[in-house]
Amino acid sequence: MDDITILETVERYIRGEMNPDERLFFENLRKTNTDIDQLVVEHTLFLQQMDRLGEWKKFRSALHDVHTDLADQGKINSVKQTGKAKVLYLWKRYKRVAAIAACIAGITTLMISALVWIFSPKTPTAEFDKLKGKINVIEDKTKEQDRELSKIKNTIKAPVNPIVYTTGGTGFIIDTKGYLVTNAHVVEGAHNIAVQNSKGDFVARVVFTDVKKDIAILKIDDESFKPYSSVPYSISKLSAELADPIFTLGYPRNEIVYGQGYLSAKTGFNGDTLSCQIEIAANRGNSGSPILNNSGEVVGILNGRQTNTEGFAFAIQAKHIYSVLDELKKDSTYQKVKISSKSSIAGLDRKQQVKKIEDYVYQVKVN
Amino acid sequence: MKPANDEKALLQGLAASDKKSVETIYRDNYNMVQSLIINNNGSADDARDIFQEAMIVLYEKVRSGTFELNCQIKTYVYSVCRRLWLKRLQQLNRYSSPIEDLEGVISVEEEVEEHERRNAEFEMMDKAITGLGEPCKSLLEAYYLQKQNMQVIAANFGYTNADNAKNQKYKCLMRLKKLFFTHYKNGNSDG
Repeated sequence: MDDITILETVERYIRGEMNPDERLFFENLRKTNTDIDQLVVEHTLFLQQMDRLGEWKKFRSALHDVHTDLADQGKINSVKQTGKAKVLYLWKRYKRVAAIAACIAGITTLMISALVWIFSPKTPTAEFDKLKGKINVIEDKTKEQDRELSKIKNTIKAPVNPIVYTTGGTGFIIDTKGYLVTNAHVVEGAHNIAVQNSKGDFVARVVFTDVKKDIAILKIDDESFKPYSSVPYSISKLSAELADPIFTLGYPRNEIVYGQGYLSAKTGFNGDTLSCQIEIAANRGNSGSPILNNSGEVVGILNGRQTNTEGFAFAIQAKHIYSVLDELKKDSTYQKVKISSKSSIAGLDRKQQVKKIEDYVYQVKVN
Repeated sequence: MKPANDEKALLQGLAASDKKSVETIYRDNYNMVQSLIINNNGSADDARDIFQEAMIVLYEKVRSGTFELNCQIKTYVYSVCRRLWLKRLQQLNRYSSPIEDLEGVISVEEEVEEHERRNAEFEMMDKAITGLGEPCKSLLEAYYLQKQNMQVIAANFGYTNADNAKNQKYKCLMRLKKLFFTHYKNGNSDG
């Protein structure tokens, strides 16, 4: 018997396919031959296992078939997941992953923000502060400039519009075309000059100054100024005599003021031969006022007073006006300046004289 | 609630691989198990696998002849499925909130473990047969699993006579038995 036949026989024995005689013979063989016996036991186990495997596989495929059948018949819920079930399933399945991912994302975001916050240069805020400071500085500067500007504006405004005249004196007409005489110290350092009396207010300019003689010649330079037809008084070439009665008209204030007195000395302050001393009430603003005698001749120009004394003043002798005019006439433009040498008010009483004269006396305003 | 007699009849039918009984048990219990699986992080495919495993557990159990069901089939199937699914989740490292039980649960720890051991054996065997390659695989399956006659097999496989087929089958069987007993011994010594 070869191996194949032995195995076949064993299988037939295990399956109970032998007839009783054969079976008896084989059982005897098993008792005598241990190899055969071993083979029978072994193969029995194997066949059992194979049978069970067969059944297992069969049952599995049967279950599969049943499942498919039942699903087709709709007796169990469909295998296919659709719509809500699918979403629900996916959600249930991945919610943990989603939660973890969300956590990680959140933490990462926070960390990145933190890192950016920590490591990003702090300078922006500092710069910002600096800028703020700068702005403050600039603001301050601007304020300063504003103040400065307003100051300047004020100072500029003063002369320009409207001009505020800070100092003043008196002047009187010597020529019908609008030439006036006043003291040089009245118009000293003047930028703008205006002359004013009851006739009106006119802009004037300095055409000549003689500081030594303290005489200045002004000219009214104003379109609204109408030339006089004549000048009522004359300028005396002679020195006045002591005790000669004199009077004056001037603007110690914005009103024309009359004053009278007499010539008290032929020389001026400290024996100044240019001027003379007069006994008259004089105030600031009287500088440049004409000093006239009874016959309506200008004998002097009031130019000052001794500070520590009251009641007398000094006047420049009128003859010096001529010498100044001579100097002025060297300029060809002023050759036509003419001084009336004859007073037209000589015979009139003092009131009449003053009335005639007052239109020719101006307040000189200077800044 | 079904009368206990009905359930007994169903189990007898199952032991005999009666298709009607299998279908009835299947139909009565599948939806419950599917809800369990889907509500606990599984898919419908998972539900089918798990339920069929449970069916096999029950099948093996009733076939062993010593099985006495002390509860409803429903409770038993549910308990087995629950146990199997928890194990599967553990293996997959898939998170699951604690299962909210729809049914009463009985302890099926032993059954499940036995089932797994048996499954491992069958799978090993199946793998061994597949590993033999053709024509051994088909030849052995036809003879031992489908219990076909050697003459039929010879005709089907194109052998000139049954002896040649037997000769071939013998060679295949020797290879398989060698594989089987090597593993069987190893499995036993391991176990």
